[in-house]
Order: sequence, then C-alpha cells, then structure tokens
Amino acid sequence: MKVTTKDVEYIAQLSRLTIPESEMEKFTEQFNQILNYADILNELDTKGIEPTAHVLPLSNVLREDVAVEGVSQEVALMNAPAVHDGGFKVPRVIE
Amino acid sequence: MDLYKSTAHELHEKLVKKEISSVELTYNVYDRIAEVEKDVKAYVTLDKENALAQAAKVDKMIAAGEAIAPLAGIPGAIKDNISTKGLRTTCSSKMLENLNPIYDAHVIEKLRADETIFLGKTNLDEFAMGSTTETSYFGTSHNPWNLDLVPGGSSGGSAAAIAAGEAIWSLGSDTGGSIRQPASFTGCVGIKPTYGRVSRYGCVAFASSLDQIGPITKDVTDAATVLNTICGVDAHDSTSLPVEVPDFTKALKQDVKGLKIGLPKEYFGKGLDPKVDAILKKAIADYEAMGAEIVEVSLPHTEYAVITYYIIAPAEASANLARFDGVRYGYRNMKATSAPEMTTASRTEGFGSEVKRRIMLGTYVLSSGYYDAYYLKAMQVRTLIRKDFEEAFKQCDLLLTPTSPVVAYPIDGKMDPLAIYMLDVCTIPVNLAGLPGISVPAGFADGLPVGMQLIGKLLDEETILRAAYTFEQAHDYHKVMAPLGGK
Repeated sequence: MKVTTKDVEYIAQLSRLTIPESEMEKFTEQFNQILNYADILNELDTKGIEPTAHVLPLSNVLREDVAVEGVSQEVALMNAPAVHDGGFKVPRVIE
Repeated sequence: MDLYKSTAHELHEKLVKKEISSVELTYNVYDRIAEVEKDVKAYVTLDKENALAQAAKVDKMIAAGEAIAPLAGIPGAIKDNISTKGLRTTCSSKMLENLNPIYDAHVIEKLRADETIFLGKTNLDEFAMGSTTETSYFGTSHNPWNLDLVPGGSSGGSAAAIAAGEAIWSLGSDTGGSIRQPASFTGCVGIKPTYGRVSRYGCVAFASSLDQIGPITKDVTDAATVLNTICGVDAHDSTSLPVEVPDFTKALKQDVKGLKIGLPKEYFGKGLDPKVDAILKKAIADYEAMGAEIVEVSLPHTEYAVITYYIIAPAEASANLARFDGVRYGYRNMKATSAPEMTTASRTEGFGSEVKRRIMLGTYVLSSGYYDAYYLKAMQVRTLIRKDFEEAFKQCDLLLTPTSPVVAYPIDGKMDPLAIYMLDVCTIPVNLAGLPGISVPAGFADGLPVGMQLIGKLLDEETILRAAYTFEQAHDYHKVMAPLGGK
C-alpha cells in the first residue's frame, strides 16, 4: 500500500478538502490503485531525459507595455458570495 | 421542414439564398430541443430569448444585402466550461452553479463577431474531468443512439446535442480526448486542434498544458468551418501560437492518393473491442483502395501514456482549481466562522468526488518527497511519448487509430475510476504530444457508432481534414440520424 488513510487525510488537508469518514476507506483504496499502477513508469530509464512541461517552443511571450482598461469594482464584485464596503467579505482570518 | 437535421454549410447556402430565415431556423432547433431534451439532457442552460434576438439581427443583415460569415445566423451549442458573458457558465459543478461570467472567452468573441447564434450551454463531466458526463452536478447526458448508454465525455452534452439534432454545430474542449471520444460515441466529427492553435482564454482551466477547444459537428466541412472561426493568436493566452491560420475548408479535397497513413501497432492490440477492430480494418482497406499507402509504425511508449496523463493532468488541475476558495466567486459555505474553515468547507461541498480525487492526486504527486518520483518522471516520459510520434512521422503523413477501444457503454456508474481512465488510451497520447487529432464516423457496431481517429503532425490539421473528408464523402455514415432508442 502506497498511502494509508492517515496520508489521505493529510493530502486532503493540503488540498483544503475534507473526506468524510464513511468514504475514507474506499477513497484510499482507489488512490492506491492509481499509485500502484504508476509503478509501471519505473520500468523506464529516464536518466538524462529532458522533462516536457509544455509542448511549444514559446518562451517569454511579451506584449507592448500599454495600459488597457481593467475590470471595474462593481463588475469584479458581481459574483461575490458576500460584499462589504466595496470589498469581498470573508469570515475572520486571524484569531 | 426539419432544418435541424441540416449541416451548417447547407444552412448557410439557404440563408444566403433567402430560402429560409435565421429566426425560422432557430425556432426549428428549439422545437427539436423541446421534443427530445427530456430524454437526452444535453443542455445545462438554454438562452432562447437572446438567440432569437440575434437571429432577427442576422435576418435584417441578410435582407439589407450584407455579406454574412459562414456561421452567421446558424445556431450552435457551447460546452459549459467556456465563458459566455452574461450567460451562466457552470462547468457542471455546484461550485459554479450561479456563476455569471464577466467576460467572453476568446473563441466566443470570435464567434460573436461572425454573428453566430448561441442556443445554450451543454453538459459536461464536472470541470471536464471524466469520460461519460456522469460526474456532472446536473445529471448525466444520454447517448442519442441508445438512451441507456453514456454519450462519452467530457464534452458529452455538446456531442449528444449534435447527434440528437439539438444544435447545428457545437464547441467542446479536449484535455485527454474529451472532444474526440464523445464524437466517436455519438457518430459526430470532433477535432482537437494542435495545442496553441486556439486560445484557451475563457476556457475554465483543467490542465493548462493539455487543454484545447475544438468543434463537434455533423460533418468534416462544418468542423473545418468552425475551426476557421475559432483559431488564431490571442494576447490573453501566451500559449496561443503566432502562426498563420489557413482556410481549413480549402484542405477538403476528395483525394488521398499518395498519402502515407501509419498504423501504430500498439493501438490495435489487447483491449480493443473486436467489433471496433473489424470496422477499422475495413476503413483501412477503403483508404488503400482509394490510393493511400498504408505503413505499420510503432509508438513504443503508448502503454505508459495513460498513467503519465493521470499524473500530469491532476497535478495541473490541483493548481488550477486552487482558485476556488469561496471568496470572490463560486459556492461558499456561509456558516463557517473562520476564513480557512470557510475555504475547506466551500471546496468540500462545492466539488464532486471525481474532482476531489484529481485535486488530491495532483496535490500528492507535487508534494515534497513525491515530486521527482511521480511528476518529474511523468514529464520525462511525456518527452519519450512526443519522440515516439516524431519518429513515426518520419515514415508517414498521418496516423490512423481507433478513437476509443470500445463503443458507448451503459450509464450505471459501475466501472471503477482506473478502468475508465484506461479507456482513454487512444486519445491521451495526442494531448501529451500537442498534436491535432480528429474523430470521424467509421461505421457501426451493433447499431452504435464507431469513431476513427486521424492524428496529424504539429500544425498539420489540413492533412487529417483532407483524409477525413475523403473517407466521409465515400460513405454515408455521417448522414445516419441517431434513433433516440433504448430506455
């Protein structure tokens, strides 16, 4: 087994997610199934092989430094779940 | 008149000749939607009022003698992960159930400039993560060929809409096969363009190095027509390619003489449904009879592609979906008393289980201690997969493979995640290598459509369009209407 329910709990925490107790075992099992399958990659010797993060030979794509109109405050707040004084309202951040 | 059965290029002719009006056409398609949508469930949102207003505008342009673009006045459907200003864009997720986008995707801007019509937004697997539409928060779409079967995914709604006559053309997005596989399952044509051909601006990001928008249509001509409209460089997407966009309809020649078609032997091995294999063998024989040269090639790292993808795509997804924190837009748990609690509760309640699984898998493979073993390794294997294609293309002009090793399967949610992932084996390598791929109807197995995938060299959509068009015109598979049977 690659990961235990404890590991899955930790990964969930890193991901800002909660996995309910009742689904934990099944979730861990499916997780392991996928990670075990990933072992086949170890059949390949990849020493010295350049990784591909991106298929295009593009880099440092720049544009002219010209000011363009941005999003207005009103529009930016249009989909906000809670608004206060023209800002995004959230519960307390620091105790 | 059953205008909804026609293709975009046929309807364009009729509009220009004033044989029909766009309003009449748009009403006709909405009538069809009213008739079959309860069984097919292709759409998440319809926008009839605006669509009819736009149709009236195009009719006025035609009456005034203005020249119109090929898609002007022709109603299409947009996958609901593509941002449409003022029209709800949900990604089929509870997270974005009420999102009213404040901007248009680049492709939508281009389509609007051509005065086309948007009927509504189509269903998908939540955040495009899936191959069936079963992970949609709004329920599963049904395959018009047999309503008990999945339409494929993740662009299942866009494909089902075309097959059922609920739209004339549609847009999907393809990260690991999400345009081509549903096109295959529903008897449509679907193209994933070369990575960078089409701007991803406004396509809600899943895996940024793999995602690409493309058309799902009734025939190859329409696919080329939609492609003409949506391709091109965009300042908002630094990965959109600053290259000239050809007129793809000019590539539609009924001639494959001298074309070298490569058959990667790994795609015709174990796991391929014998009925799918038989249909492809016949298609290959047809190409040979039409003058193409068939060569066997090898893509030796094919068996590693699926897991490579299921490391890279979730890794990118975990980063992309970190933005959903309940603060600026999207679902929020209103009961939480602290900000961290609010974010965790909002994400836990707003995302479905497949999305959570992928976020967590991605988080894991990127986490300290596992990055090299999984993510870096996968990126290196991605290089090997790319090189396989480069080698193969030294021997041929294009590749021919199944789009999927199987035909559409039942909606029952019985398959475990890994078994479903494995079925993406024919489409995933194409995304990993950034190549263009098209799925075209190749025949029927027990009354269900079978798709053939043609893969081209980088930026060579024209050769696969030409080969697809030649095959299509020599057969009538694309003209058979889905019977809406089953249940």
